[in-house]
Amino acid sequence: MNELLHISSNPHIRDKATTGKIMLDVIIALIPATIVGISVFGLKALLLIIVTMISAVTAEAVFQKITHQKITISDGSAALTGLLLALNLPVSLPVWMAVLGAVFAIIVVKQFFGGLGQNFMNPALAGRCFLLISFGTAMNNFTIDGISSATPLANLKSGMAVDISKMFIGTTAGTIGETSAIALLAGALYLLVKKIIHLNIPLAYIASFSIFVIIYCLFTGRGLDWEFLAAHLCGGGLMLGAWFMATDYVTSPITPRGRIVFGICLGIMTGLFRFCGKSAEGVSYAIIFCNLLVPIIEKLTIPKAFGREDEDNE
Amino acid sequence: MSILTFIGGVHPNDGKDLSKDAGITEYKPQGQIAIAVSQHIGAPASPIVKKGDYVKVGQKIAEASGFVSANVHSSVSGTVKGIEPRLMASGSKVDCIIIENDQKYEETEYEKPKSIDKLSASDIRELIKEAGVVGMGGACFPTHVKLSPKNEDEIEYIIVNGAECEPYLTSDYRRMIEQPEILIEGLKVILALFPKAKGLIGIEDNKPEAIKKLKTAVKNEENIEVKPLYTKYPQGAERSLIFALTGRKVNSSMLPADVGCIVDNVDTVFEIYNAVINGRPLISRIVTVTGDAINNPSNFEVRIGTNQKELIEAAGGFRVNPEKIISGGPMMGIAMSACDVPVIKGSSALLCMEHDEVAAAEERNCINCGRCVDACPSRILPSRLAKLANAGNMEEFESLNGLECCECGCCSYVCPAKKNLTQSIKVMRREVLSSKRKK
Repeated sequence: MNELLHISSNPHIRDKATTGKIMLDVIIALIPATIVGISVFGLKALLLIIVTMISAVTAEAVFQKITHQKITISDGSAALTGLLLALNLPVSLPVWMAVLGAVFAIIVVKQFFGGLGQNFMNPALAGRCFLLISFGTAMNNFTIDGISSATPLANLKSGMAVDISKMFIGTTAGTIGETSAIALLAGALYLLVKKIIHLNIPLAYIASFSIFVIIYCLFTGRGLDWEFLAAHLCGGGLMLGAWFMATDYVTSPITPRGRIVFGICLGIMTGLFRFCGKSAEGVSYAIIFCNLLVPIIEKLTIPKAFGREDEDNE
Repeated sequence: MSILTFIGGVHPNDGKDLSKDAGITEYKPQGQIAIAVSQHIGAPASPIVKKGDYVKVGQKIAEASGFVSANVHSSVSGTVKGIEPRLMASGSKVDCIIIENDQKYEETEYEKPKSIDKLSASDIRELIKEAGVVGMGGACFPTHVKLSPKNEDEIEYIIVNGAECEPYLTSDYRRMIEQPEILIEGLKVILALFPKAKGLIGIEDNKPEAIKKLKTAVKNEENIEVKPLYTKYPQGAERSLIFALTGRKVNSSMLPADVGCIVDNVDTVFEIYNAVINGRPLISRIVTVTGDAINNPSNFEVRIGTNQKELIEAAGGFRVNPEKIISGGPMMGIAMSACDVPVIKGSSALLCMEHDEVAAAEERNCINCGRCVDACPSRILPSRLAKLANAGNMEEFESLNGLECCECGCCSYVCPAKKNLTQSIKVMRREVLSSKRKK
């Protein structure tokens, strides 16, 4: 033997999963929703998606270059942020606003706090909320086939009827990626099968939100209105939020019980924002608000070690 | 019946196909023999031979120096060349008795013990102690100490650990399929010490042949049961095994005996048989020589003190130059700087890997994915603990139960950011434990 042997601590083998592969899987899972978005909203949607993704990746590379860090765009996280942001934008949005949103998401929300894994808010959603606050009119201008129209939830809020089957397929007004419940669920199934996400957060979110809606219905004299519930579950980005953004590893709790608590908080906050707030939509705000609760949720839900279940942690 | 297992764990490629069909062959050492005086947990044995002495196979050459210590015997016949420190697989230097092997294998006269029915419990323990039997799964805890718990009457289960959950290792497997009857007889010796106890043999279900053979062997044994276990690493870790078989939980500050269990590895039980029924000391063990860099992966019965370099030659040498050689399995084994080290009682394998996956992996930021949390059999938060360890925060490390880590390696294995979580936690654990000892 003429070569030196490698020395390192155990274990000496590693699983094949890498950060890059996980990000790629999430991007793959978003493909159905992206395709539906493009086919419903046209080529402008495709343009927004491409521009936003390129802006996000470029912003990350440029920032890391300027600050003399290792450029890590190959991990796919910036591309994913760009895609998620684009799917959360209305198709009518001017391209430069989308670019601004992507740059804000990557530089202010992610890189200023230390890059991947360090941000405390979901960058794509923070980018969206930044745009919502800055350009309220443009961000709320939902068009379909070039005609401005209200989102199903806005219609519901003003007391109009909605077409659930259209909402399920995705041919309604809304942001590019949020309208098709079926496409989003297909992607979610892919993530579950590939074990990228757990059921706990989305399930706790959807269940607690459903309970909130049912209680709301009962208290406001609607009775058990299943159609109203279904519309609220399919509309307003709940599916996109619950399966793809609430499950963002970085900004959700790492503790198993914490994930359930997080999901419940999301359900309640979404309900409050939707029914008590001025806007018809509440998922984005609920998620970034609950992102802020993650440290405290984790602290309160530290698991008990094996064989020490009967002891207090403190 | 639900499949017996534990919570957490990982499913690495088991690599056992390389060597599982290679029958146990005896390997006779060619060169000098170096027998370490400290091959076990506890006080090193004190040498009772000196330079120039002639020793025979099985002759005691170093004596246990305390209760938690173990005798050491010569594995060959020949002349003692001296006592000098030698490099061990662990990387530390340990005093070794160097013996020039005369290749005659002249044996000492063993006193054939009385039949088992005529032996008292203390006779049995004395025979095990005399033979220098230690836990051969790797920890090398003196077996006579393990078999003398304070709460002798409360021991309900004697568990034979046939899980062999470490990838690549096949030494226990070969022992189980080649000598199942001896394993049962060995278990019966231990059961004779604990009349209230029942014998359980836990085997992962990726070894159907071993399960079948042992089930046949226990057909007429009322007090012994063979239990197939779900194949998942670390199924053979003491705490995981006890939980899977009995539902009882042991934490880091408890001993298995506290929940009425005693766990012994397959090879240990075999040596107990050898000690009590044949009156022979522990002078050899089975070593799996394997890995993708080895020409003929093999299972050798090797005399303690044999230079491990010889084993590589015996297994056909290297197919390619290995990047990494591991003493033990890939999950908990120790990477060796050189294979010019002697076999000790706990050397289960010599794993030669063409590629080092650890060096090839690029470390990135933690993304909080929680895979380490899901995989941890101790149900703690590895990513958090590693962060605290790297920051030197001893107090919080302890309050988050960092000491519960069993160093199984699952967290580093699953980490998509390729962080060396186990390493960070392991270092901090040692630090906390040593600072506790000082107090």
